[in-house]
Amino acid sequence: MATKEYSFYPGCSSQKGASSSNYLISVETLCEELDIKLNTIPDWNCCSASIGYSGGGELPRLALSARNIALSEQHHGGQDIVATCAACWLATREAAERLDENADLMAETNEALKEVGLKLEKNETKIRHMTEVLIEDFGYDELGKHVKKPLEGMKIAGYVGCQTNRPFGIAGESFENPKYLDKLVETLGAEPVEKYDKKVSCCGGALAFSEPDKSQALVKDIIEAAYDGGAEMIVTPCPVCQMNVEVYQDQINATYGTKFKMPVVYYSTLMSVAYGRNAKESALDGQIIKAKKLEEIAAK
Amino acid sequence: MSDLNTQLVEKYRNNFLQEVKDNVEEGDWVKMCMQCGVCSGSCPMGPYWDHPPQEIFMMIRANKREEVLSSNSMWMCTSCYNCIARCPRELPITHIMHGLAHYAKRLGLAPKNQPTIKFSQLFWDNLMKKGRVNELKLGLSLYFMNGFAEGVKKAWKMKDIGLGMTLTRRLNPLEILGGHGVKDQTGFQNMIKKAQELEAARIESSVKK
Repeated sequence: MATKEYSFYPGCSSQKGASSSNYLISVETLCEELDIKLNTIPDWNCCSASIGYSGGGELPRLALSARNIALSEQHHGGQDIVATCAACWLATREAAERLDENADLMAETNEALKEVGLKLEKNETKIRHMTEVLIEDFGYDELGKHVKKPLEGMKIAGYVGCQTNRPFGIAGESFENPKYLDKLVETLGAEPVEKYDKKVSCCGGALAFSEPDKSQALVKDIIEAAYDGGAEMIVTPCPVCQMNVEVYQDQINATYGTKFKMPVVYYSTLMSVAYGRNAKESALDGQIIKAKKLEEIAAK
Repeated sequence: MSDLNTQLVEKYRNNFLQEVKDNVEEGDWVKMCMQCGVCSGSCPMGPYWDHPPQEIFMMIRANKREEVLSSNSMWMCTSCYNCIARCPRELPITHIMHGLAHYAKRLGLAPKNQPTIKFSQLFWDNLMKKGRVNELKLGLSLYFMNGFAEGVKKAWKMKDIGLGMTLTRRLNPLEILGGHGVKDQTGFQNMIKKAQELEAARIESSVKK
């Protein structure tokens, strides 16, 4: 297969020394294996995720995403934008759709873009999540062909979460019971938790910061359901899900008397290990709760 | 309360639905709500709302302007999009909640000392500084948002998580010195300023219409 190229929107949390920098490392490894070239949007800015609305009105928030899309049009014309972060993907795609539907907002947005010497010309760029690229542009069969070390004997809960799933999700999947993560887990040789009832439940998102108790109550249920399904690990496509479900387990244990120690990994880490790459390239050193089984497989 | 708020009350007297339609993000959808309650039943923060979305929509129609805009409800939204995915009338409920929240804040009617209002503003201010979020500064400003003493307590409570993040290179203490940002700082700031001006002018002109 020829190299596939995309216009890449990495997002704030993927930057060096940021909370999902491990995600980016494993995505880069994955892209090497699949011969994907990610062309980073030059001088991209934050999308304001879905929590910037207190200070940011609709138009300033649209301008943020419009600047990224316009930069992509200008530098990577014709390439789909791909984001690895659920919030980046969502905010950017929503902005493109809102501007497409509302000529007044489009005119005002372009007036703001004049200040940076840009114009949203066509607004026809497709804005996609990395999991869409994997499933739609490659497909499970192709993804399976690259497996060198099947993750045999592992049982993994596919936690899809919210924003990779709603309101857009993956074409052909249902909002209430999407199966693509389970299929991916199977493709890599592991066993998915089939009836994982919390697979699309909310972890609290940004409210993990402002309403920690309420958010941790939600996270507790997500982890508990994974244990109940016999999982030894959770896999997720979203940086906020990954962080919220992994890093608060000690606090949840202290509050609820639970004994959680559930590793939570990105699909890209799982794939990198199955594709035969080492622990560092798979970003296993980014796990706060170590994914020991994956470390063993990676060391083999 | 702001002058703008007084003018808006005057202008839209007894028609808050129209005010929402004119001035709130996706506000023209509110009239489409058929009061089925699926949104309220689907919300992960449902138990904590003063008024669930369905009730907010009815209160808008019933002209309960003050109660709606000072409600804590919209600030409980986690942006999980369950309500959007399930609404049989396709209302973009998440966006309407964000829009109402922002409008309440703009008019100075949002509740005081609500943690998500503070965090949401901190997030915006943080990304406005350099065009990209500085996670270290955002975390610290969050811990200290209710004063120094509470901040120290909170930072202490979070120290193990902070250490874990630092050891896995997912938090960089050096970010305090500046950190990531866009190169075109001037352009970026001017673009946002322009967008803010245009938006403010639109709301002000709705008073005069």
